[in-house]
Amino acid sequence: MRAVLTIACLAAAGLLAAGPAAAASGTPKKPLAAYGYHLYGEYCLSCHGANAGGRGGVAPSLHGVGALAADFYLRTGYMPLRHLGMQPRREPVFLSEHQIRALVAYVASFGGPPIPTPKPEIGDVSRGLSLFTEHCAGCHQVVAQGGVVTGALPPALVNATPLQVAQAVRIGPYVMPRFTQHDLSNRQLDSIIRYVELTKNPDRPGGWGLGFLGPVPEGLVTWFLAIPALIVLCLLLGRRLR
Amino acid sequence: MPALPAPGAENVSRIRNAIVSALVLLVGRGRRRPKPEDARIVPAQPAHPAAELAVLALLGLSSLCALGFILVYAFADSLSNATQFLGAALGLALLFLAAALIVVGLKLVPSEEVAGEYPPHEHPYEQQVIAEVLDESGTRFTRSRFFKLGLLGAGGTLGLAILAPAVSFGPLFRVGDFLRTPWRRGRRLVDEHGEPYKASDIAEKNFYLAFPEGVNDEGKEEMAASLVVIRLKPDQLRLPSHLKGYDAHGILAYSRICTHAGCAITLYRAPLFQPDEPKPALVCPCHYSTFDPAAGGTVTFGPAGRDLPLLPVYEDSSGHLRAKGNFDGPVGPSWWGVRLWKAQP
Repeated sequence: MRAVLTIACLAAAGLLAAGPAAAASGTPKKPLAAYGYHLYGEYCLSCHGANAGGRGGVAPSLHGVGALAADFYLRTGYMPLRHLGMQPRREPVFLSEHQIRALVAYVASFGGPPIPTPKPEIGDVSRGLSLFTEHCAGCHQVVAQGGVVTGALPPALVNATPLQVAQAVRIGPYVMPRFTQHDLSNRQLDSIIRYVELTKNPDRPGGWGLGFLGPVPEGLVTWFLAIPALIVLCLLLGRRLR
Repeated sequence: MPALPAPGAENVSRIRNAIVSALVLLVGRGRRRPKPEDARIVPAQPAHPAAELAVLALLGLSSLCALGFILVYAFADSLSNATQFLGAALGLALLFLAAALIVVGLKLVPSEEVAGEYPPHEHPYEQQVIAEVLDESGTRFTRSRFFKLGLLGAGGTLGLAILAPAVSFGPLFRVGDFLRTPWRRGRRLVDEHGEPYKASDIAEKNFYLAFPEGVNDEGKEEMAASLVVIRLKPDQLRLPSHLKGYDAHGILAYSRICTHAGCAITLYRAPLFQPDEPKPALVCPCHYSTFDPAAGGTVTFGPAGRDLPLLPVYEDSSGHLRAKGNFDGPVGPSWWGVRLWKAQP
């Protein structure tokens, strides 16, 4: 039922947005969005095309992606992309806070979802662990250290802020699946974020953490480093005594 | 006038001649004349036909037991105490072989303990004597070729029995378990809590875990039970002709079990903007076998050797997803001859 409501709301929002967007072939009226319009011309236009309509085969249209996606891509440094076709990756952000807000306002003027407001503090770590294992760990690895899929590199989530995690889950950047409200409720998302926050500061029992990946790398270290070291030690001792 | 021989009859008779002459050569080869009594070192002893017969019988029993092991192994599924039978068969085969050898030692080979210094090496005369002793010790075996055959049979079948478990590297006799699936026409797809999926629940760019309706937790563990359900745009689909109609308006239900080593497919590559991002793909996290869901689950990367099985689905009048039949191929990791079989209800 909630899904139906969400879809209905989105459709209504889309219809409302379609009106102004169709008319807004030019400078938006609001000053912030108008500044964003100029920045768009400078940084985004060459790929995303005039009026954010997209260019077939080069870059997608930004109509309907909303503040949700614009904020995510600009604050992670995913956009502007270094070159076409590469997987967006975390880069230093060179736009100022004001410029980002202006660009987000401009993209949001074409309609789409707002920036989400996750509340990880009400999430449940244990529920988050099980949800993360089920939905995220396949690619991002169970303590969010990142991994590999054929053709892409799921990033580690160490530098992802709670807001960025929430945004990525709803957007599905690059080849990541997209999770709707129906697939993962906001409450479940809060739990996932709470768990991701925990993985950034795992319990440190001391010694070499090895990425906190568990017994497999620890066993490898035992077999391939510790045991050869012990054998070498034994040989050295034996030679001295002989 | 004699009838003309049928075509090929000449070849047949040639083969028959070859077999007969091979047998004659084998049986009559190198038969030696017995030596005169006074030239022997080992005193001649009378033949012992009863003992010889007993040995042959024991060797035969050993062969039978070893064959029994192979048979029990092959039909272990339908026997209630297969493990005990396997142990008994192998144990009896070894026991009979040992008994045969004991009879040979006690009744057929003269045994005499000779204590003495080892002769120096390379003493041609001594070597000749030893060879002769060995040779003459065997004179009580009147049917030595038959005896060798018995020994060879017992040893050979026992060897086969010991090799038989290697068949377990891949199913050969009992593949039924690997082909049965819980899917029937009309069976609904449910999520892990048992809630039936509606076609409208399946969103693009996401993937869903599905099970057959009405199976318990144990049934969900079955290899063919779990599905990965995705939705693609109908115009994106490039299903081969034998899989036409397997999708429900772009909704595809693949087996979740990778055809390489049987891991669960937990990675779905869902591109946001297709033209310059990798195509949609189902990826197994174990060895990165990558399947193209738009083309019927063909392997595009990795060690998997065959396509991911696709379950035909349809949307019923109330919007729920139901199976239309069974998978297009056997579910799960591949084994010898897997391509010869089809999934069974």
